[in-house]
Amino acid sequence: MSDVAWWWPYVMIVVAGWLATDMWRWLGVLAGGRLREDSELFVWVRCVATALVAGVISKLILFPTGILADSPMWLRLLAAGAGFTAFLAVRQMVIVGVLAGEAVLIGGWLLLGGVPG
Amino acid sequence: MASSNEIDPPGGPGNTLPSRVWALKGARAAISIPALILTAAFVGYAGLARETGLSLTETLAMTGLIWALPSIVVLTGALNSGMGLIPAAIAVALASVRLMPMTMALMPMVKVEGKTKRWQLLIASHFVAVTAWVYAMRNLPDMPREARLPFFLGFGFAITSFVFCATGVAYLLVERLPPILAGSLFLLTPVYFLCSLWGASRLMADKLAMAIGLALGPVFFLYVPGLDLLWTGLAGGTAAYLIHRVTRRGLS
Repeated sequence: MSDVAWWWPYVMIVVAGWLATDMWRWLGVLAGGRLREDSELFVWVRCVATALVAGVISKLILFPTGILADSPMWLRLLAAGAGFTAFLAVRQMVIVGVLAGEAVLIGGWLLLGGVPG
Repeated sequence: MASSNEIDPPGGPGNTLPSRVWALKGARAAISIPALILTAAFVGYAGLARETGLSLTETLAMTGLIWALPSIVVLTGALNSGMGLIPAAIAVALASVRLMPMTMALMPMVKVEGKTKRWQLLIASHFVAVTAWVYAMRNLPDMPREARLPFFLGFGFAITSFVFCATGVAYLLVERLPPILAGSLFLLTPVYFLCSLWGASRLMADKLAMAIGLALGPVFFLYVPGLDLLWTGLAGGTAAYLIHRVTRRGLS
């Protein structure tokens, strides 16, 4: 990024970043505006969006980036599973699930002989 | 009678609260686990942006304008490699298709028939990203209908502002997080999503879609990288919907 005008990155950010991203949100408003909350189509759209976000979750656990990528996969699965189980067990409190997951991850890391990196 | 197009609100004295009170409640709700999670992710991104050679204003412009981390990461790569405008826009658009079904699923929940203006929804839609979406899907149904849009706007604006500032501070200050902190922060996101998404699932079809999506996500990631999330959503969501319909008909 040396020989370009100072303003070029901002053109990229506005056109290739902002417009390319927000156009999907705007299309979602236009297409979702006619949906009724009690319609069958809405149930299907919810299913699609839910499955999609679930896909994001399993990718984050199975194919993480950064330092978490250096931890064994079984430990990440165990931590996520423990967090979710704790969440279900204690009146579906998200904070309980998050803390339990973190406790298992950090405990496992320490047992394995410290954190990599 | 107050106004002609007023529909009977589903009980509760909460209905009488003005919109700005709900917006403030939303802002307060944002500054907790959701903000912490996104801050963690964007602190990580600030490090990447600085390594890539982006300036502080470029980093902040991307954070505020795009407000979807996968798209931001793709555009950072494009800027770094000197990619042209059109190829970069296509790459970013592919990385953000997921926002459309998410926004579609949120809209019927926040709008008040005959009262909410479309431009209000267009503004609110900018705050649709996974963290705010799972929070909204989980918590908005418990609120009176008139409260949902102001609450979501307050929530979205507060979390965006908070993370915007945190990203700037991180760009300037954080050389490198201690590994154990960085690793813990990375795990925070999927576990938080996992619990919130389950909490947001009202119907058996939603829970089924979540389970199928968890299983299909990695498969599509390995076989159709790039469009994997779209396929996970379409295939997993449709399968869950069809199973839900068949079993419901079988029982009745």
